[in-house]
Amino acid sequence: MTVTAVTRQDVVDFLYKEAKLLDEWKLKEWAALFTDDGTYTVPPIGEPDATATESLFYVHDNRQRLQERAERLLKKEAHVEYPHSTTLRNYHNILVDNINSEVINVECNFTTHRTKREVVDMFIGKLEYEIVQQGNELAIKSKKVILHLDSLRPQGKISLIL
Amino acid sequence: MSRQLVKDNMEKHEFLVHRSVFSDREILARERAEIFNKCWLFIGHETEIPNVGDYKRKKVGGRNLLFVHSQDGEIRALYNTCPHRGALVCRENEGNSRAFRCFYHAWSFTNDGKLAGMPGKDGFPEDFNADGTKDMKAVNRLESYRGFVFVNFDDNAISLDEYLGNAKEYIDLVVDQSESGLEVLGGVQQYSVRANWKLLAENSVDLYHGMPTHKTYFDIKQSQDPGIKRIQLEGRGIDLGNGHAVMEYVAPWGRPVAQWTPIWSEDLKRDMEKMKEKLKERFGEERADRIANYNRNIIIFPNLVINDIMAVTARTFYPTSPGYMEVSGYALAPIGEDKEHRMARNNNFLEFLGPGGFATPDDNEALELCQEAYTNNTEVEWNDISKGMVRGEENALATDELQMRSFWRQYNKILQESFNREKEVAHQ
Repeated sequence: MTVTAVTRQDVVDFLYKEAKLLDEWKLKEWAALFTDDGTYTVPPIGEPDATATESLFYVHDNRQRLQERAERLLKKEAHVEYPHSTTLRNYHNILVDNINSEVINVECNFTTHRTKREVVDMFIGKLEYEIVQQGNELAIKSKKVILHLDSLRPQGKISLIL
Repeated sequence: MSRQLVKDNMEKHEFLVHRSVFSDREILARERAEIFNKCWLFIGHETEIPNVGDYKRKKVGGRNLLFVHSQDGEIRALYNTCPHRGALVCRENEGNSRAFRCFYHAWSFTNDGKLAGMPGKDGFPEDFNADGTKDMKAVNRLESYRGFVFVNFDDNAISLDEYLGNAKEYIDLVVDQSESGLEVLGGVQQYSVRANWKLLAENSVDLYHGMPTHKTYFDIKQSQDPGIKRIQLEGRGIDLGNGHAVMEYVAPWGRPVAQWTPIWSEDLKRDMEKMKEKLKERFGEERADRIANYNRNIIIFPNLVINDIMAVTARTFYPTSPGYMEVSGYALAPIGEDKEHRMARNNNFLEFLGPGGFATPDDNEALELCQEAYTNNTEVEWNDISKGMVRGEENALATDELQMRSFWRQYNKILQESFNREKEVAHQ
């Protein structure tokens, strides 16, 4: 198998694709972007390097749980997201590191707006990805969401996948 | 003025709550005066400030407090306001310090609140602060029970011990899981719900909503454990007096101390069997069974919930307006818990609980939909909280609504006394 060289643009396009899948509620397709050992985590606010045994995370998903999260949110009984909220994700200031390594590190800023029942909530922060090549595709090995907020007020919840 | 807020009809087996209590500003003002200014309110857990000098800012009952482990070893709750001109003295959320300094005019205070100094001393008399009025003021009443620390803004309040009363037995069952005590994990979850605070008090001891609201969670439980043929949530609802209540029941999720579930390893299974044996040695068969295999959702009136379920959480909440509350959610776990056990516990927690869990956001939504539809209160006036009254209150099931009625009966008692006092004053 020939592995083609990955360019920064490939990585950026891949991130935009991820954001688009989430905004379009194609959550199973989103989960499929992850490697078999992929993880999705949201550490406590202000403690981006916390360990999950000592601190209470918001989300600490292994591959199986992120699949369950995606599938749950597509059910009518996931009441908080039924009917689905409308969302818009923007990724900015994308920094790609170790582009020629097995694991590519990406860091970017994000703003995610969510509106439901005429209330707009905004989530802001930083995303840290580990991205690997699987065949000729890119895949997410880890996605960490570092919220740059004081608290989850007034948002109240992270019912979305950020 | 007098208002009927609750209709409690034992003969008809009907219990109604007037919906104005969720939307009326005058009611909120009365709740602040009669409930939040007079009841014992949870401020935090002693393990949050284990060392001398440790402090954490806390909002309790609408106040800005500084929860501090002072140099003399005492735990204090200082009002975080400068006695000089009022500015917030401590601006860091937490830390360790021997002193606090207000940046406005640089008055400084030792961590027991005593005024230590200020610039321009020659402008003040020599006996300035001889009466201590220039010290940071502390909440006079601060008491704790098994690590849970409470404050009361009413100097004449009954003791915390007396206030908790029958609820102590259930706090004991939670704390007795661990021989070394419980500790609060880092990362207290500060969130909010756009709904009246009493809806969360109700929701936290409401097992009736479990299946319909949290079906997606139980679907996942069933996929993880093929042994679960149908979801059983069975047990008792108990009125603990003073507005406190509990539901104690069995449920199909794993409990870190100590009910194993198939998503956990065989190692954990063996460990949990050992833990159960240890509990039997310490407490006997029956109590060990209650501690390990029964779940407890406890409401401590008015605004503390301790849930000992798939993990242990404490949450407290406070209304900033009738339709909005601020919530603080804590995770508690045995001190010195093994890493693998702790991870299993925390994964269990996050699967259900918290703003990113598979269940809590749906509760949040249910509460917000109640609040949204209370716009119809003028025409549709009463909530029904009657479930289980037909059985007699002493026979209530965990899926009945006795727990909520216990809360509301105390609530109504306090508010009616307040209305009556006003009437007497008006007649004088």
